[in-house]
Amino acid sequence: MFMSPETALLTGIFAPLVVALLTPFLAVRNNWRDVAGPIGGVITFIAALHVANDVLAGGTPSWTAAEIAPGIELGFSVTALGAIFGLVASGLWVLAAIYSVGYMRGNHEKHQTRFAAFYAVAVHAAMAIAWSGNLLVLFIFYEILTFSTFPLVAHKESKAARDAGRLYLSILVGTSVVLLLPAVIYVWVMTGRLDFIPGGILAGTISPEVAPWLLAAFAFGVGKAAIMPLHRWLPAAMVAPTPVSALLHAVAVVKAGVFTLLMVAVYIFGIDYLADTGASVWLVWATCFTILASSCVAITKDDLKARLAYSTISQLSYVVLGAAIATKMAAEGAAVHIVMHAVGKITLFFVAGAIYVQAHITKISQLDGQGPEMKLVFAAFFIGAFSIIGIPPAGGSWSKFMLMVGAADAGMVMVLIVLGISSLMNIYYLLDPVARAFFKPKVKEVKITWHPLTVWPPVATAVLCIALFFFADPIVGLAQAMVTG
Amino acid sequence: MSLAAIIANLPALVVVVPLLLAPVAALIPVSGAAWVIAVIGTGGALISAWLLQGAVTGGVSFSYHLGSWPPPWGIEFVVDAASALTVLIMAALSFVATLFARRALPAEINERDAGKAYSAWLLASGGLAGLVMTGDAFNLFVFLEISALSSIILIALGAGTDRRALVAAYNYLIIGAVGATFYVIGVGFIYAVTGTLNMADLAERIPQVQQDTVIIVGFGFMVAGILVKAAVFPVHIWLPAAYAFAPSAVSAMLAAIATKAALYILARILFTVFAGVPDVTALALEWVLVPLAIAGIFTGTILAIYENDIKKLLAFSSVAQIGYIALAFGIASSAGIAAGFIHIGNHAIIKGGMFLAVGGYFLALRSRVSLSAMTGLGRRMPITTTGFLICGLSLIGLPLTAGFISKLYLVRALIAEDMILVMILVLVSSALSVAYLWKIVEILWQRPEGDDVPLHGDETPALYLPLWILAIANLWLGVAPAPLVDAANRAAMHLVGGIS
Repeated sequence: MFMSPETALLTGIFAPLVVALLTPFLAVRNNWRDVAGPIGGVITFIAALHVANDVLAGGTPSWTAAEIAPGIELGFSVTALGAIFGLVASGLWVLAAIYSVGYMRGNHEKHQTRFAAFYAVAVHAAMAIAWSGNLLVLFIFYEILTFSTFPLVAHKESKAARDAGRLYLSILVGTSVVLLLPAVIYVWVMTGRLDFIPGGILAGTISPEVAPWLLAAFAFGVGKAAIMPLHRWLPAAMVAPTPVSALLHAVAVVKAGVFTLLMVAVYIFGIDYLADTGASVWLVWATCFTILASSCVAITKDDLKARLAYSTISQLSYVVLGAAIATKMAAEGAAVHIVMHAVGKITLFFVAGAIYVQAHITKISQLDGQGPEMKLVFAAFFIGAFSIIGIPPAGGSWSKFMLMVGAADAGMVMVLIVLGISSLMNIYYLLDPVARAFFKPKVKEVKITWHPLTVWPPVATAVLCIALFFFADPIVGLAQAMVTG
Repeated sequence: MSLAAIIANLPALVVVVPLLLAPVAALIPVSGAAWVIAVIGTGGALISAWLLQGAVTGGVSFSYHLGSWPPPWGIEFVVDAASALTVLIMAALSFVATLFARRALPAEINERDAGKAYSAWLLASGGLAGLVMTGDAFNLFVFLEISALSSIILIALGAGTDRRALVAAYNYLIIGAVGATFYVIGVGFIYAVTGTLNMADLAERIPQVQQDTVIIVGFGFMVAGILVKAAVFPVHIWLPAAYAFAPSAVSAMLAAIATKAALYILARILFTVFAGVPDVTALALEWVLVPLAIAGIFTGTILAIYENDIKKLLAFSSVAQIGYIALAFGIASSAGIAAGFIHIGNHAIIKGGMFLAVGGYFLALRSRVSLSAMTGLGRRMPITTTGFLICGLSLIGLPLTAGFISKLYLVRALIAEDMILVMILVLVSSALSVAYLWKIVEILWQRPEGDDVPLHGDETPALYLPLWILAIANLWLGVAPAPLVDAANRAAMHLVGGIS
């Protein structure tokens, strides 16, 4: 080991920030600027591996910068769940950073320097969220993440982009300020602490009558989890360049949302407290509704990115559902699903962007017959879709299986039925683009231009989807450590 | 004079140094030299305030007898955790605004008036400091007038670029005079039944007075008068025009410190002078201050959302922010009062910084800074704009900025007192404030329809350094807020300690 866990912690959080700060200075040479992202990604990922390793061995890497309020420190401390999210965000950043270079260049996008800088700031915020030492620090970087991604959403500077940016900002900031912040402060006032303790800190301090309301303030305050009716920002954010949709709106931002809720459920409320008080029963139904309703909407979408966005909304609610079921197995399933869905969905988005850069197609109906021209990316799409649907041998089958077992543990038969229906719908709307591309006659002649940097990252993540089926042990191990403490 | 003598006289120096240097500045016809006098005056006050803050940190408070006449006959300056903190915030901000004034003030006024302008500048900053330090209810009125009249002169100087400054100054003169008169009428009532003007004496004797009605009437007049000075809704009407049409440097100084002094006096009247009659003050807090504060928060925020002139927009935002401070005092718990002091400090560095940035824009554009005029300035004046942005994000309470700490402690105090409805209103208004800030942010990076408007001169450190001092203060107090929070807690404990 060449890094102590604390050094690794700081490296993981601040390497992306260093990349962001260096980007404007490296911009004198486009190549220098564009290797900074992937290099930073590798460094961050190695740091995240070290941290995760230490957590698996029973350690808790932590570091404190300052005291922000009596007893509340501005610092970082890695939980088992945090280790998982840190791995996902940093690992996928490596590939997304490479992909992003290919996409932005292939597409001749403007303002690439600004884009690269804010992209790295967003990753920094995501890492800080993952490893935050308490709920207040988590909230702080949650807000930073919202603001740092605004320039990425509004990147095109068109009216549509600016309107989407406003909607994005108003929903995310509005919910977090009006609901999430008071919820955090309420916990602080009532319990006098905000740190993440396995088993939770609310038992005995907050009465069971208040608990469902408090949980509601968290669930709807975290707009990034996109529980209906607060999901509108996510489809709107698809106006951003695809690397943003891929890393941020399939991985970092939305996962930060469900991660926050899972942290709150596991380390603030405590799974047992939720189960005993029944505080989360309403949330089970709210997420089941979101899962089915957004799948229905996804089917109607012809725009590939819009369909993927609604699929994301549905999958995010799987994670929240896992927390709401409030059994150990379901919570583990939720944690594992964060990883599995991230890898699967980033693959799908990479492919959507690759198709756009290479063939300038955005509509599913125009994909007919294009498959043979772009075999590699459609193969990647196929595997990614498999993982999201939950069919072996793709990683996603583990998390879906664990969620189902968890629901069965809790005796929630309806949830099993909802998950089943949702899988069927997934099969339809995710495999449909691939089927059309290979089995339907061509409707449109397009000129394909080959951009390798947009092709190999989705292939890599597709391989990762399969690998995660066979080597899920460390992830599952961390998830178990999360509930056992 | 020996060092010990200086230290012993610190409470007086905070006020007297600027006041004594004011006539000196008035005699100097050269703008640069008069500015040096102003820097010495405000700098001296800042050093004294800093040393005073050091002296009270240990929990001591002391009183200073002007001319060695003991109270209640002589005039007493009271130095405690609350007054020392307020004076330090004000001295720091007026010093930073003075630094900015060197380039900004002569550019906006008639060159020949510079000496007199700096004279009024020193009178205003000394007078406002006196307001905070004095322990005598009538002497407070004197300082109220000194600071008001000198502020009016400063506002009227804006007529050099926009004649509407005269109307704004006139309005302030009339409304301010009404406020001051109300205050002094109230003091008269109270004096009639207590026979003293010393605040500490008043606090002791008021509970013993049998004629409740006189106390209530006197209290009502005093509070109403101070509310005018503090620009609490609905008696804020003088403020938007005054801040909008004053010269940039003056807007920055007044926005940062003028209403803060009045808010401090409000706290002092409510929590020490009338501490002995809690049923009277509770009535005013619950039924007057809190509702007015909330109304002011929403009025200011909504007007700001629809305003296109940036200085006016910031002034409306100030009305809302004053509402937050008044509301925090209205909670009346020690956590609430501490939140109020925290926001007095934070809002001073936020709004001071934003007005300094707008001053920078004004000097580059040489025209009123409207939203459309700002199109694309982010690209062309990046240093000023980044500073503006930091202060702006602090205004809407983005975490890791000072504004977030204010919001955190205000919401915490509200939750601790179970004022959930009020808390929801506060948070909704806070979310709304993003709307007006974002309107500006978007336009700063938009491309203009036609050609860029020509700018007069590049960004110079003389204009952006003061702004950046405040921007960095916003970041610093956002990450490590402990010094301000501790001082505010001590101030609150000191004030509420008067009740129990």
